[in-house]
Amino acid sequence: MSESERIKKDAPIAVEMKNIVKMFGSFRANDGVNLTVRKGEIHAILGENGAGKSTLMNILYGLYQPTSGTIAINGKQVKIDGPNKAIELGIGMVHQHFMLVQPFTVTENIILGMEPMKSVGRVNMKAARAKVQEISERYGLNVNPDAKIEDISVGMQQRAEILKVLYRGADILILDEPTSSLTPQEIVELIHIMHNLTKEGKTIIIITHKLKEIKESADKCTIIRQGKYIDTVDVADVSEHDLASMMVGRNVEFVVDKKEHEFGDVALKIEGLYAKDYRNIDVVRGLDLQVRRGEIVGIAGIDGNGQTELVEVLTGLRKATQGKITMNGKDAYNKTPRELFDMGISSIPADRQKHGLVLDYSVEENLLLQNIDNAPYSKHGAINFKAMHEHAVELTQKFDVRPSGCEGNPAGSLSGGNQQKVIIAREVTNDKDLLIAVNPTRGLDVGAIEYVHRYIVDQRNKGKAVLLVSFELDEVMSLSDRIDVIFEGKIVDSIPGSEADENQLGLLMAGGGKTHG
Amino acid sequence: MAKKLLKGNFIYTLFAIIVGFAVGAIAMGVAGYNPLEAYGSLFGVVFDTTKTMSYSFIEYATPYILTGLSVAFSFKTGIFNIGAEGQYVMGSVAAMLVGAFVPAPAVVLIPLCILASVAVGVLWGGLVGYLKVRFGSHEVLCMIMFNWIAYYLSNFLVLADGINVGGGKTWSHSIQDAAKITITDWFPKNAVSSRTHFGIVIAILCVIAIYYIINRTTLGYRLKAVGYNRSAAEYAGINANRCVIVSLAISGALASLAGGLQVMGVTYKVTQFAAQESYGFNGITVALIGATNPIGTLIAGWFFGAMKYAGTRMKLLDGTRVPKEIVDIIMGCIVFFIAISNLFRAFVMNRGKKGGKA
Repeated sequence: MSESERIKKDAPIAVEMKNIVKMFGSFRANDGVNLTVRKGEIHAILGENGAGKSTLMNILYGLYQPTSGTIAINGKQVKIDGPNKAIELGIGMVHQHFMLVQPFTVTENIILGMEPMKSVGRVNMKAARAKVQEISERYGLNVNPDAKIEDISVGMQQRAEILKVLYRGADILILDEPTSSLTPQEIVELIHIMHNLTKEGKTIIIITHKLKEIKESADKCTIIRQGKYIDTVDVADVSEHDLASMMVGRNVEFVVDKKEHEFGDVALKIEGLYAKDYRNIDVVRGLDLQVRRGEIVGIAGIDGNGQTELVEVLTGLRKATQGKITMNGKDAYNKTPRELFDMGISSIPADRQKHGLVLDYSVEENLLLQNIDNAPYSKHGAINFKAMHEHAVELTQKFDVRPSGCEGNPAGSLSGGNQQKVIIAREVTNDKDLLIAVNPTRGLDVGAIEYVHRYIVDQRNKGKAVLLVSFELDEVMSLSDRIDVIFEGKIVDSIPGSEADENQLGLLMAGGGKTHG
Repeated sequence: MAKKLLKGNFIYTLFAIIVGFAVGAIAMGVAGYNPLEAYGSLFGVVFDTTKTMSYSFIEYATPYILTGLSVAFSFKTGIFNIGAEGQYVMGSVAAMLVGAFVPAPAVVLIPLCILASVAVGVLWGGLVGYLKVRFGSHEVLCMIMFNWIAYYLSNFLVLADGINVGGGKTWSHSIQDAAKITITDWFPKNAVSSRTHFGIVIAILCVIAIYYIINRTTLGYRLKAVGYNRSAAEYAGINANRCVIVSLAISGALASLAGGLQVMGVTYKVTQFAAQESYGFNGITVALIGATNPIGTLIAGWFFGAMKYAGTRMKLLDGTRVPKEIVDIIMGCIVFFIAISNLFRAFVMNRGKKGGKA
């Protein structure tokens, strides 16, 4: 045990939440949760989507009042009746979705709401800027106080949010899903910053479902499952696998069960495809690709190399400028979404809230987005609500969409993972010859990821063609039968999945030399 | 869930109406009118006799029910039909032209007039939809222009040789008796207003039809999907452009029908306008009070019609006339507070929502 670890072990308790119960109607979002965080600790709160992590933190931040249970901050029992009270107690929260004014500078955003005054109505921008700069340097946040939010990266926006919280004098920082929108490089930086902060005596609570980051950054981890407190563990003593099992309550398989088999005929064939992006610049440039039945072809590549446009062309949202596309031997070049769907192409879109679901529609309505016109769901243009409901009940059970009985709820009320399950239920049930899956597990927790992967592989095992586009290299490598590396709008190499190696792929994705073929 | 929401709407709307009346009372108090007396008179005027009720709920209310329905329908499909005004005018012109100049017996002429006004509404609304999807022109701006085009076109036609009644008058020929849908003589003498017409039945049928389309049909399902989330609808293979055109065409048809029925049942002719008549714009008010729900719009249309009628006859006990603008103040306040209550509701719902996700 190192010196710093021992200090943490004996440090005074900063946050103690005991037996927290929070009811929403008859639903127990938190059901007797305990949380003890010592000063200077990085404490992870782990749980699946909908387990009650955010509820617990919203209680600590004063956004919700617990139905029962007690909270003590620095040993003193308190009642946190609003965020202002929380801030007064030195608690700050960085939300998953940033609350920043885009055209304002970092400094302007930070002082918003508590502007230092020179005299009545005159903001002392200079003093504010100096203080921002000083905090930024002390914790190594590396934020330019004069940069406009709209000009800076997501990672720097997040650091600006952290700075805002520190500026307001927080000693206990709550970070809600801090890595969900960061690049791998930015995640490394964030972990570094978190360590800087704890070295200076700050306490950090992170809400997450990413096991790898917990292992890399946290000292302690409290696990919540379906609103219930499961355990608090020393992160050093447990493996990722242990954490995953505690989180979902059963053994989690990281490895996908995929049997070797013969591939069938070519389903999708693309030759010499060109397409422009929204700026009218060619981003798909002479792309060749084919997917056979029973095969998962993974597209590996860094964001912005034409993947988005390729998928848009294949789903009918964008017109290609040149090339040839066939689906089952039939011309599928520049058809409408409906025509492509009828030709046998279904897809799990990258942006599930924008393209996948009508959030204001109920789950059952969403499940029929493409098939409402078919029997038995409608007859002569009149919807058969009974058939619609039965269809939804069957699918939500089969695909384990939670909460149970959610068929009539708006899709927007579901957690991200369950929204994704609705889409997967719909697309897998469509049972088309080709399934295009774009970042199908983004933002999902381990349990849900395992689930999504299983269904994608199932489609393959049933002899369907699958085109997987993902920025998660691990995902592409574990699922694909063949990996096509895309770079600057072209497939630069095609490697059998079994032979792929992370370094080699990384090199190819960055435009490095071919290694074979 | 839907029931709960509707209930929510009802409570907020009721609240807005009460506050609207309260503000109207204050305005009257400031202007030196006794609000209690005025409101007593307002209520009394509407429910005085079957005749006053026919004024309120048939003659005055019918056009507002239909323009309100038009706007409500467009809202449901994610479009703001601010063009109901122009569509209304076009509908009245079409009904007048057919009703005045096509020689035919009533059994043919009445459906023909209705058809003409509906058809011109489909074109007038659908054209805006076409411009939107073809050239990306903004439908709101487009419709405001179309309102003025309709306005001047109507004024031009009304004064044109052959259409104008002549003798220096500023209105058109009247429609033939065969085109009139007034049904006063179905009732005992003086039981109903002289312009009681069966347009109200058509309006109610439209309410039922639109309710059915929105809630029960695949067409309504697609239109709403495009309204809620155009990207997802397109991704799912729904032809969003076609939906926009269809939605505006239906919306336009309803507003035009309002104009047509008004000519056939009440005015019998089209008069040169000095200003926009606001049947279409008031449809926005009606749609908002009706919470953009077809049934709600029907009730709101009746309410609005009654208020408009009573506004013209509101008196104090000593016989002093209360200016009819008071009604406009009240209606304005009601819309204002409905808008605020939506904000308030969004706030309440958001608080609830955060609880759902954890």
